[in-house]
Amino acid sequence: MSFPWAKNYEPQQPLMKWLDEKLPLPRLVYNAIGAGYPVPRNLNYFWNFGVLAGAALMIQIISGIVLAMHYSANVGVAFNSVEHIMRDVNAGWFIRYAHMNGASMFFIVVYLHIFRGLYYGSYKAPREMVWLLGVVIFLLMMATAFMGYVLPWGQMSFWGAQVITGFFSAIPLVGEPVREWLLGGFVPDNATLNRFFSLHYLLPFVILGVIILHIWALHIPGSSNPTGIEVKGEQDTVPFHPYYTAKDGVGVGVFLLLFVALTFFSPNTLGHADNYIPANSLSTPAHIVPEWYFLPFYAILKAFTFNFLWIDAKLWGVIAMFASIALLFFLPWLDSSPVKSSNYRPLYRIFFWILVADVFLLGWCGMQPAEQPWVILSQLGAIYYFAHFLVILPIVSRIERPLPMPNSITEAVLAKHATDTTSASATA
Amino acid sequence: MASETELNAGIEDGVRRRDFINIAAVSFAGVGSVAVVLPLLNQMNPSADVLALSSTEIDISAIQPGQAIKTSWRKQPVFVRNLVPAEIAEAKKVPLGDLRDPETIDQRTKPGKENWLITLGVCTHLGCVPLGAAEGENRGDFGGYFCPCHGSHYDTAARIRKGPAPKNLVVPPYEFTSDTVVTIG
Repeated sequence: MSFPWAKNYEPQQPLMKWLDEKLPLPRLVYNAIGAGYPVPRNLNYFWNFGVLAGAALMIQIISGIVLAMHYSANVGVAFNSVEHIMRDVNAGWFIRYAHMNGASMFFIVVYLHIFRGLYYGSYKAPREMVWLLGVVIFLLMMATAFMGYVLPWGQMSFWGAQVITGFFSAIPLVGEPVREWLLGGFVPDNATLNRFFSLHYLLPFVILGVIILHIWALHIPGSSNPTGIEVKGEQDTVPFHPYYTAKDGVGVGVFLLLFVALTFFSPNTLGHADNYIPANSLSTPAHIVPEWYFLPFYAILKAFTFNFLWIDAKLWGVIAMFASIALLFFLPWLDSSPVKSSNYRPLYRIFFWILVADVFLLGWCGMQPAEQPWVILSQLGAIYYFAHFLVILPIVSRIERPLPMPNSITEAVLAKHATDTTSASATA
Repeated sequence: MASETELNAGIEDGVRRRDFINIAAVSFAGVGSVAVVLPLLNQMNPSADVLALSSTEIDISAIQPGQAIKTSWRKQPVFVRNLVPAEIAEAKKVPLGDLRDPETIDQRTKPGKENWLITLGVCTHLGCVPLGAAEGENRGDFGGYFCPCHGSHYDTAARIRKGPAPKNLVVPPYEFTSDTVVTIG
């Protein structure tokens, strides 16, 4: 693992030497995120988002553990216990708003991390396993966020649980028993709330475990970089610490600024007012929508309004929604172009930005009621989404003629540096 | 490490005693693990108190023709609608071939009581409560119920006509205890 020129951990104090012999934990940290991990010298700020996602997870775990000290998972008191946190618990309003908006910040950061990977081809060999583990983390995050949203037991919590567990009732034959098994009843009720609380507390630690595997798998080939050219020698890298700890520190600062701005000035903007109404199993809110981070997938679900072949509309919607994420597992093999970075892929780059626009379109449609023109727009958006991965990407990667590439990371950096100084001296 | 002679000590009919012990031990542990997993999975199924089939009595004497009420059974909403003759006629007019889930209105009501349409108020798509039971709510393109979540339209016999839902609104098991009282469950 890592490159031969990586710095070796050499403990100075007797205590650290003693510790290194008994339990080389500081050595592990040094080699993973310290000066012992050589990283390409040309990373841009899009490489901040992995560390930011880690920071967001830690914020969620810490605020969540504290919230669990005041919350009660019982349908009789759950809603009131959240209001108790908001009104009576010292600084409870801050901790809950931080946890609520922390989930949104976590997804913002992770979506940028994913699209960074899509743009710079980070999913390609030799980093397929990093990508696959990343998709697993994304799925675990979605499950965790969904179950967390159910806990306040408001109207959106209840009906979100009803609709999302309803996905499973689409499975032929065993669907309804599976749904009853998941819910522990015929409708979401106390059994459901209790198990969701248990799993909502468990899954973040599972995510943490998969993140360790994600980083482990990353450190075998080492980090990718904006040129997509692999490291060829020591001159191409700098040690993670202090170079990228500092660069990531800048990103963490910006992230925290945005996070506190959202938490303090606009804490309910990304939520739904309906969730401040206690759950009522006899009345569905007029317009139910999931949290913003699920909207594109929700639009794909809603795009299927007709039976097709022998499969009914309901099952099609559910299959398509799950497939839209499962598709990402196959991405490393759908894109056969050996060029990683879109900077050298003129054709792919265009389709990348169309995909980004398509995901925004789907997100917008996901918010809208199930009426025209939104239905037809989500149908077109869903078709394009699948076409991008299954048709466009394989064809583009075969017919595209990449731009000329530099020979090494160092050459790319020096060439950029040269043009920068010439243009600087020209203006001076 | 045991030597070759020791390992081959207990050979009977070409089977080593050690292999037998190995297979027996691993099989025993395997069966034991499966036996432990079963209750761990089964605990998630509805518990006895949830399953305890409650039956609900509904007094329908106050429901005027054209009106509907919303009540609940096993914590699920139930719609009780007193159909007007025009609605029954409209439901009968539809050819069964046009229906996604073909059922006649007679199959969905009790003989002689075909004006009483009793269904679960749970959309068969993803389980929202459709609109149309209360006064002034949107009853959809077919004059029955309309689910606003994903746009499923049900007709006057609460049969699915348009949208993503696969089935008609479910008719729960019920009987008329008297002319004015219905027992569901």
